[in-house]
Amino acid sequence: MQIQFLYFEGCPSHEKGLARLKKVVAAEGINADIEVLEMVSDEQAAQWHFIGSPTILINGEDIIPPPADAAPALTCRVYQLEDGRFNPLPSEDMIRTALQAHRINE
Amino acid sequence: MALALGTSAVSFTLPGIDGSDHTLDDYSDKNAVAVIFSCNHCPYVLAWEDRLIALQNEYADKGVQFIAISANDAEKYPTDSFDNMKKHAAEKGFPFPYLYDESQATAKAYGAERTPEVFLFDADGNLTYHGAPDDNYEDAAAVQAQYFRDALEATLAGNAPATAQTAPVGCTIKWKPA
Repeated sequence: MQIQFLYFEGCPSHEKGLARLKKVVAAEGINADIEVLEMVSDEQAAQWHFIGSPTILINGEDIIPPPADAAPALTCRVYQLEDGRFNPLPSEDMIRTALQAHRINE
Repeated sequence: MALALGTSAVSFTLPGIDGSDHTLDDYSDKNAVAVIFSCNHCPYVLAWEDRLIALQNEYADKGVQFIAISANDAEKYPTDSFDNMKKHAAEKGFPFPYLYDESQATAKAYGAERTPEVFLFDADGNLTYHGAPDDNYEDAAAVQAQYFRDALEATLAGNAPATAQTAPVGCTIKWKPA
């Protein structure tokens, strides 16, 4: 499984987000390296279709696929949690669900 | 560099989503005024927004006035356009003015860097608290330190807040190209 963690330094929660991702990956018993990539330019954001920090890709797929018209940007990403609240980070359950879905498909 | 504690509020005249221009002097009769740099698109703002609305509603009768200001570059971040500010405020039922600092001069004058970022002034217009609303943007139920609320209480009582300054936590203000 290939896991990538994309972030923008201007958002303060990326370290917390990366720690959360590592925690869930370990809890799921997944043996995979996490590639951490800093987005530093609009061109790079466009190349990765990075719509905000942090963005987590599993095998190249966003764990929460954004709308097709979402514009790449060096900004913070809005996640809507299971209970409807908005948050700068995905919940552990959101990450876990995506990891499990990819594991089933492998 | 953000305004230093104890210094006077910087005056401004900015258009509000209600169609009126607002100046800081409009609120000179208040017991406390909080200037909060905000925007539409930032997840930290969205995470804290309901708490700030509730806080304004709770303290309105005590002569407390919040003023939200968005200074983001709306050309690059169209979610933060003036029209979208109007829509967002209507959807959320903002109980406070929401002003557009298109030139970004006010944000620069305050030394604001993030959204949300709170500057609380006492009845004399002196800064008593600067920083984040509380210590947990993710979960209101898990908040341990109510920085802004505690600062409001202290300010209204004429005391210096026990915690007068915290690091603002949020999105960077989206500055226009120089």
